[in-house]
Amino acid sequence: MENIYLAIPLAPLLGAIIAGLFGRQIGRAGAHTVTILGVGISFVLSLFVLKRIAIDGGEPFNGSVYTWLISDGLKFEIGFLIDNLTALMITVVTFVSLMVHIYTIGYMADDDHNWPSHSKAGAPSSYQRFFSFIALFTFSMLMLVMSNNFLQLFFGWEAVGLVSYLLIGFWYTRPTAIYANLKAFLVNRVGDFGFLLGIGAIYAFFNSMDYATVFAAAPAMVGTTIEVFAGTEWQLLTVICIFLFIGAMGKSAQVPLHVWLPDSMEGPTPISALIHAATMVTAGIFMVARMSPLFELSTTALVFVMVIGAITALFMGFLGIVQNDIKRVVAYSTLSQLGYMTVALGVSAYAAGIFHLMTHAFFKALLFLGAGSVIIAMHHDQDIRNMGGLRRYMPITWITSLVGSLALIGTPFFAGFYSKDTIIEAVHHSQLPGAGLVYWMVLAGVFVTALYSFRMYFLVFHGTPRMDDHIREHLRETPWVVTVPLILLAIPSVLSGYLIDPVVFGDYFAGVLHVDPANDVLTGIGEHYHGPVSFVLHALGGPAIYLAIAGVVTAWYVYMKNPAIAGDVQQRFRGIYKLLVNKYYADDFNDAVFAGGARGVGRLLWRIGDVLIIDGLVVNGSARVVGWVASVVRHVQTGYLYHYAFSMIIGLLLLLFWFVYMGAGA
Amino acid sequence: MMEFPLLSFLVWLPVAGGIALLVMDALGFPHVRPVALLVSIATFLLSLLLYTEFDFQTAAMQFQESVPWIAAINAHYHLGIDGISMPLILLTTFTTVLVVLAGWEVIQNKVSQYLAAFLIMEGLMNGVFAALDAVLFYVFWEAMLVPMFLIIGVWGGPRRVYATIKFFLYTFFGSVFMLVALIYMYLQSGSFGILDFHMLPLGMTEQLLIFIAFLLAFAVKVPMWPVHTWLPDAHVEAPTGGSVILAAIMLKIGGYGFLRFSLPITPDASLALDWVVILMSLVAVVYIGFVALVQEDMKKLIAYSSIAHMGFVTLGIFLVFTLMEKTGSIQGAGLGMEGGMVQMISHGFISGALFLCVGVLYDRLHSRQISDYGGVANSMPVFAGFMVLFALANSGLPGTSGFVGEFMVILASFKANIWFAILAATTLILGAAYSLWLVKRVIFGDITNDNVRQLEDINRREFAILASLAAVVLLFGIWPAPLVEIMHASVDNLLSHVIVSKLPAETGVALLGGGSP
Repeated sequence: MENIYLAIPLAPLLGAIIAGLFGRQIGRAGAHTVTILGVGISFVLSLFVLKRIAIDGGEPFNGSVYTWLISDGLKFEIGFLIDNLTALMITVVTFVSLMVHIYTIGYMADDDHNWPSHSKAGAPSSYQRFFSFIALFTFSMLMLVMSNNFLQLFFGWEAVGLVSYLLIGFWYTRPTAIYANLKAFLVNRVGDFGFLLGIGAIYAFFNSMDYATVFAAAPAMVGTTIEVFAGTEWQLLTVICIFLFIGAMGKSAQVPLHVWLPDSMEGPTPISALIHAATMVTAGIFMVARMSPLFELSTTALVFVMVIGAITALFMGFLGIVQNDIKRVVAYSTLSQLGYMTVALGVSAYAAGIFHLMTHAFFKALLFLGAGSVIIAMHHDQDIRNMGGLRRYMPITWITSLVGSLALIGTPFFAGFYSKDTIIEAVHHSQLPGAGLVYWMVLAGVFVTALYSFRMYFLVFHGTPRMDDHIREHLRETPWVVTVPLILLAIPSVLSGYLIDPVVFGDYFAGVLHVDPANDVLTGIGEHYHGPVSFVLHALGGPAIYLAIAGVVTAWYVYMKNPAIAGDVQQRFRGIYKLLVNKYYADDFNDAVFAGGARGVGRLLWRIGDVLIIDGLVVNGSARVVGWVASVVRHVQTGYLYHYAFSMIIGLLLLLFWFVYMGAGA
Repeated sequence: MMEFPLLSFLVWLPVAGGIALLVMDALGFPHVRPVALLVSIATFLLSLLLYTEFDFQTAAMQFQESVPWIAAINAHYHLGIDGISMPLILLTTFTTVLVVLAGWEVIQNKVSQYLAAFLIMEGLMNGVFAALDAVLFYVFWEAMLVPMFLIIGVWGGPRRVYATIKFFLYTFFGSVFMLVALIYMYLQSGSFGILDFHMLPLGMTEQLLIFIAFLLAFAVKVPMWPVHTWLPDAHVEAPTGGSVILAAIMLKIGGYGFLRFSLPITPDASLALDWVVILMSLVAVVYIGFVALVQEDMKKLIAYSSIAHMGFVTLGIFLVFTLMEKTGSIQGAGLGMEGGMVQMISHGFISGALFLCVGVLYDRLHSRQISDYGGVANSMPVFAGFMVLFALANSGLPGTSGFVGEFMVILASFKANIWFAILAATTLILGAAYSLWLVKRVIFGDITNDNVRQLEDINRREFAILASLAAVVLLFGIWPAPLVEIMHASVDNLLSHVIVSKLPAETGVALLGGGSP
């Protein structure tokens, strides 16, 4: 059994290594075959594990693979924890990854056009490199979710960040791409800074890196305080949880560490779907759920999580309304949905958060890949103002994108409905301070989601075609390697919602996710749950469903029926529009204060500290004196300094040698 | 009959090889390069015996050789290694092979002298790490500088004279005080044995003075802020091979000095003044991190990044006292100290690799200015892969050796004081910022000038050098256990030694009261 667990991450890794190192030898077909094979094996094995653990009720596995190092009596290990949460995650990750791998064959087919002709990094090998990277990503993500300890969690955490960096900057001759990938890495590092300190705190107080040990010892730590600033006593567990959550804010792009995600759209669309929508960005959500035994012990941390999530859910949704780049609309939608998952975590509805993570992985990957399909047909024009009427040319892309959009806005009987409505209900029932306000924020978010989703949907697929004649003549449905993954993703975008019964209200996560009875909201909701249809009927009594309908109708009226309104509103609320178009000026602020500030501090320390004070005053003052002496000495031995020094040192060594043997002989 | 004198061979074989090269040059023998390579490989292979024959269970010195040397002052030719010095010798012999290879084509002027300097320096550095007699140590310590002066002074860049003099002034300034301290202890104990110094009882004032003398010597070597400004100049002027040895090995002699001399000889002074070292280390991480960010010369940037990374070495080594005071046990101190030592080894690989990468570019374009590059990946894709890997390792990416030491030190420092950890962890952001911004400006982007367009990708020789470094960087990132295992016994022994006071019991300030006289 252990070999199966080991094979799940190693199969994609092997594919990545082969495609990466021997890409030129095995060619394009070789590269995509070997990586798809690797991820495919991994997916099949994940299904097997899911069946064995989750359905047949097999025992969870918790064991070590090898010892990374031992120091000071502390064992750092690489090991796996395979329980229901892991089984779900690896299945979702490998499935979406497999779809994206297949899709990539079509999307990257003419990647040569993306490279300048003088670049040796382009034409012969970029295709293989791309497959190598996405397979490497799959490996990293699997290591992250399969970990049974904090060390390996951090390994996977940083490794997915690395691959994200490499893939956002995949087309690295583009200035925007290499700006975006550096930004993504650095913003993530800010999160990792907090994450690492959280791990440091866990080491300092628990003396272990193992989840099981730490979780077992955590309840006894309630009441332990830590003095961060002199004279202030903070609850240790609050500090740990907030540090860890800062890591999640980076990876899962929560305000204010969200700024990297929209720019990450510079990367090729398949990775936007895989990494920046379905999997990597949900690592933070997964991590907090995994850490539920810790977070449940700190109400302060939970409130913090909930508030950050609510701000992200609503305010990032607003930004989606004013975007014109098809990928960026979906990117802001991802930010907003990640906010919903985070809110779920904050109100201790971990199961709902993970459930939304899963449904979102399917429909958001679908939406991204659909957008990519449109981009292919549009010859890489991504501006939705130049699209329109595409449903006539691309029926499969159209229908699947509609399915994805309906799922996203929470249409009854689609997957997103069940997961999102559970979260809203959970917030409604939560007793946390601030939950009342957050409830209104997530409700407002429903309207906003429907508005931006269907604004995009109408502008792309309906109305009159606005593209130029050349593009319109070439418009046609994309090849099967693109459309088949769309169809395969559309299916769970509808059906995965029906898993709500076991996953959220059943005992699927019993013993895995820990919820304090005082915080438990899902059990209360579950008591009124009598199947998926009654869930819909129950929802008809709440406001969410009507808000979604209102959003769609508004989008239709403003962008289809009476387009003049959009410009009118824009004019009337110029101030707000400017604020939204400039993304609340977060990027400008970061560029000026953090990037500019760091360079300014660096220059100051260098010019004043190093050059002026240490070197100018202290060192060179004395150096001048010695330098003068040295220049005199040099005149005596012009040009033969090295001969002189060599003979000196050799003489010294011979002397030493001679003494040794004299000494030994004596 | 003595056992096979392995350490002597490791010291004298390269020295003899170096002298042989000089003789060959005088006789007009042309094939000095293969000879130098052969000698360096032979030395490296011999040094592997240190690992295979090493006894991991003991903290005692191994492979010892001791013969009376200068009877008048009771100095011995005494060599021996433990888990602290052994990895550093392996690092030296490994790096020298690469350095000999690195100069293969580019050095055309006085080739045999160039290679001889590196081989002789290898022997001397091995001597520094293996010497257990203070006189012997001091001779190696000073002699080692001569080849380095020559390497910078003869094969260096345009401002080499300034750089050499600065280098000389700094190190001489530090080591003079160390010499005085060593002589003082000889007068007290009647021996120059370093292990005898460890056992020598010393009063507080004496300890403080000796500690400061050592601090001056070793802080300059590491180098620690604020005595670091010789390093960027030396690196900029040094030829590639010189930079590699300087960064990979010479800096480590400072860290080694703290472990072999400062801590065991003056434990009470270390306890009293550890805050100075920790403060200097943290300033190095943060201050130098910012300074590295704004460098426009690639070598300067890597030099500053070296200083920041070496801050983790000294931080990790000196955590023991804060931990002991705060928690009442040395739990965590071993993690910090071993982390510092791992960081030394790892930094040797990574900084060496980065200097070699800059060398590869410099050999082709004769510029170190970041602004002269851009889009190198388009003309040198294979090289770009290596440089990105090493830059990521430099920013402490898990899976590379750069992560291991920093991770261990940050964990240990959290236990000692949360602010140590917070400041040290800023390297996560700063290290990534300067490393990857460098990569962005040099490697990525489109080609902006014709020089870059015409760059040839690395040849087989360069590939072999970078690939072997990449292999060790990844190996120790994925599986550092074998490296750390070497250190356990010696580190435990050292830690139990430093918490015992050397002062007379009634005045004792140390952590476990008066120690053995």
